[in-house]
Amino acid sequence: MSKIHITTQVNGDAVEFLCEPDETLLDVLRDRLNLTGAKEGCGTGDCGACSVTLNGRLVASCLVLGAEVAGSEIETVEGVGTADALHPVQQHLLDHAALQCGICTPGIIVAAKALLLQNPNPSEEEVRYWLAGNLCRCTGYDKIIRAVLSAAAEMRGENA
Amino acid sequence: MRYVVAKDSREAVALLNTGENARLLAGGTDVLVQMKLGNKAPSLLVDIKAIIGFSDISAENGGFRIGAAVSGAEMGEHAGLKAMWPGVVEAVELIGSTQVQGRATMVGNLCNGSPAADAVPAMLAAGAVARIEGPSGTRDMQVADLLEGPGKTKLGKAELISSVYLPARPERSGDAYLRFIPRTEMDIAVASAGVNLVLDENGCVLEATVALGAVAPTAVMVPNAGAALVGSPLEEQALEACAAACEAACNPIDDKRGTVEFRTKIAGVMATRAAKIAYTRAGGQL
Ligand SMILES: Cc1cc2nc3c(=O)[nH]c(=O)nc-3n(C[C@H](O)[C@H](O)[C@H](O)COP(=O)(O)OP(=O)(O)OC[C@H]3O[C@@H](n4cnc5c(N)ncnc54)[C@H](O)[C@@H]3O)c2cc1C
Ligand code: FES
Ligand code: FES
Repeated sequence: MSKIHITTQVNGDAVEFLCEPDETLLDVLRDRLNLTGAKEGCGTGDCGACSVTLNGRLVASCLVLGAEVAGSEIETVEGVGTADALHPVQQHLLDHAALQCGICTPGIIVAAKALLLQNPNPSEEEVRYWLAGNLCRCTGYDKIIRAVLSAAAEMRGENA
Repeated sequence: MRYVVAKDSREAVALLNTGENARLLAGGTDVLVQMKLGNKAPSLLVDIKAIIGFSDISAENGGFRIGAAVSGAEMGEHAGLKAMWPGVVEAVELIGSTQVQGRATMVGNLCNGSPAADAVPAMLAAGAVARIEGPSGTRDMQVADLLEGPGKTKLGKAELISSVYLPARPERSGDAYLRFIPRTEMDIAVASAGVNLVLDENGCVLEATVALGAVAPTAVMVPNAGAALVGSPLEEQALEACAAACEAACNPIDDKRGTVEFRTKIAGVMATRAAKIAYTRAGGQL
């Protein structure tokens, strides 16, 4: 099989890689670009652990081919916040103890950030629907939802 | 496997016609899952998302033409489309999660051929027309005439759908789609119904189209269920006749997600509830 040469942008940086035609974006990120934040929970679009944004759109990177992202803008959890300055979603997930094993957390962060960009003031129901494709085996979801709602409040400048 | 980005429909059709085991790739939310699960491994994937016009939603003769690469999320964000065909848009928006919506297309939902595909009953009720490109040129075909069976459509081997047209609507019309699933998100329809209504000035049903999903090898039109509603202001008797006609049209599978009895019963319930929503969207008062 001949590899495909792709030039694209990840977290603001220009990157290039060679990939197999049937290699997923998730595998490219993890195995070729060393960005192991996105996780593989299922590989079939069901769990959301591999969530990234592609040209601003939330997607499951296990359901995108590496070959499909030429000339795109990709954001992964590595592009959200820094160790010294966490994104409000990250800080509130910590404050609410909204993770245990943490496998779902990168996907939740990317998905929640994408939600708050397009809807700064979501209702609890809207948060639950938006995150319905992000499965968590540990927390029972409630703390995650509270964390996202209070991060949203902080980002709107309210004291939640 | 090879991966090719088609520049235009003609190239895509030519690639399908090479005799290779080729498959079209739109959003990939069915194709990539099937490849991962090891069935239907193609030797050539033809990506149609870069073809000019395939990502457009355009107004045409009072209706809307939706390109084959338009995602569910893009349909949901189109205010004009949503106002004219809310039932079709809500059916497409039920497909999968936010992540799946970012990729999945309405045409891919149709071409994958699942009897439970959510967009299909809504498209049938709407009288949607598929534009088909093939080796012998372009033709238009009612979506209803394209359905064949589980995993199959009547498209030829080297044919593809470039867009789907949702026609213009008269005054006082409305459509709706409902499905039953055991949870609220991320599941496959156990039974579903799309209903499209046109009302007269007195709020009586002038035209009604009813289609069911997940209760037969393909989504099905139920002309008798529509006929049961015509002439009525959607009173109880008409709704009961509609539900009975739906039940009579069911030929479902029996599995852990729903027995034959349950699917049959629920199909009528979904249709009558969807009819009520379509009725109020058309301006009727219940
Ligand atoms: C987690 C998850 C949840 C899902 N939930 C639902 C759900 O709730 N309801 C539901 O109905 N479906 C659901 N699906 C299935 C899938 O998302 C839908 O069927 C979707 O609409 C497929 O569109 P696509 O663009 O991704 O198709 P693709 O995977 O790209 O293609 C699907 C099929 O159609 C063919 N095809 C694509 N475009 C064309 C064209 N233009 N002309 C001819 N053939 C074409 C392909 O070759 C392939 O055989 C789900 C999938 C996942 C992974
Ligand atoms: S790994 Fe992609 S959705 Fe589960
Ligand atoms: S914290 Fe373990 S899956 Fe969510």
